[in-house]
Amino acid sequence: MSEVLIPGFMPTEALFPIVVNAMFTKNFLLIMFLGLCSYVGLTTSSDTSKGMSMAVTFVMTMSAILTWPIYHYLLSPASIIGKDLTFLRTICFILIIASFVQLVEFVIRKFSPPLYKSLGIYLPLIATNCAVLGVVLMNIQEGYTYGASIICAFAAGLGYTWVMLATAAVREKLIMRNVSLFSGFIGAFFAATMVALIIVSYFSVVKL
Amino acid sequence: MTEDLMSLLPPAIAVLGALGLAMAGMLVWASKAFYVETDPLVDALMELMPGANCGACGYPGCADFAEHVVAGDVTPDACTSCDTETFEMIGELLGMDISASEPLYPITLCQGGTNCKDRYDYIGADTCRAAILLSGTKKACSYGCIGLGDCVRACMFDAIEIADNGLPKIKKYNCKGCGACVTACPQQVLTIAKEHGPVYVVCASHDKPKYVKEVCEFGCIGCGICKKNCPEGAIKLVRKVAVIDQEKCTQCGTCIDVCPRNAIVKL
Repeated sequence: MSEVLIPGFMPTEALFPIVVNAMFTKNFLLIMFLGLCSYVGLTTSSDTSKGMSMAVTFVMTMSAILTWPIYHYLLSPASIIGKDLTFLRTICFILIIASFVQLVEFVIRKFSPPLYKSLGIYLPLIATNCAVLGVVLMNIQEGYTYGASIICAFAAGLGYTWVMLATAAVREKLIMRNVSLFSGFIGAFFAATMVALIIVSYFSVVKL
Repeated sequence: MTEDLMSLLPPAIAVLGALGLAMAGMLVWASKAFYVETDPLVDALMELMPGANCGACGYPGCADFAEHVVAGDVTPDACTSCDTETFEMIGELLGMDISASEPLYPITLCQGGTNCKDRYDYIGADTCRAAILLSGTKKACSYGCIGLGDCVRACMFDAIEIADNGLPKIKKYNCKGCGACVTACPQQVLTIAKEHGPVYVVCASHDKPKYVKEVCEFGCIGCGICKKNCPEGAIKLVRKVAVIDQEKCTQCGTCIDVCPRNAIVKL
């Protein structure tokens, strides 16, 4: 068995490709197809998509901060326990993300009722958002250092944000145009196609 | 391999158990530390609400409505889904006297159905919206009811069905007057009306009078006889269809008698 080492805290990787990957070339919504339920459901107006994006970015960053030490110091073969418990990572991460989202809900409800009202149902929805689980699992899979994994998670949140806002903008325009064929969810998929085409065609020309 | 798995079992249980306990402990602490007092009255009111979340009151759901009722922003009778019994219980709870608002029902502003000719045999998706995409509607009258039941599917209370005459029929016992069917109707031939009294011109066709006469037995041809005979001046012609101003109408019934097309009814 090869020796497994715990990656360091300070980022040693080149950060620019990580950020660009998370935001554009491996965008969670349009390229990896993660978190699509909130994407289709909440891009009806830019206000809701803004609130959801901010909440998701926050939760992504915080869960990266929490899950990295737990994986490397409890589950990985190099941990203090010394057993290979990596098969537990999915259930552990879900546990952490869900409890953390619940905690965030408590705090927001206590200290900012207006924000709690405007986020409403979206807050609990983040707990079941696969993009959040996706980003923490990707951090582990790529073997990032602590710093790099936090930066990657934050960039992934930014990627989620800009796609949400862009699609909401397209959908709002579609509603105003009163094109009945593109109303509702058909319009959402149409808008998603347009935004996805932008990324795919751009990054097939510009090589990183 | 089995031995290996067995040796993994205790640490796995320990780690997962410890994590679960830690998270549970944190949440218990957080729910105490960040406890927000909710009004018990709101919870009690929520129990009585029908819970259909139909939105007829103008709020996103019953929970939101209950909150605004307790806050005094709105009176409970804005709810169209509660029956008289529920209103009594709510009144008891809030210590106020609530008379239930007059029941509202949708009516169909079309007497076409089987009385109106078909333009072609429609074989396709069984919804009004799909039928409209094919060059207008399958009916000869492009304003009338198509009868494929978008309103039936929109109804949350099973209160509407397509009767033998091809038109939606309201089961008043089930209907809560929430207006979901009115929103769902692509032809906009449904409207919400009070139960007793009002007189309606039950035709929405803006087609040429000659064409209306040709395709439908009951269509309004915009002849204006009702307008001339109305003692209150409550009827006017809008693009070849008589429209009754419900505020001026005294429900005398003169127009019903004089209409040569039987296109006016009293509910």
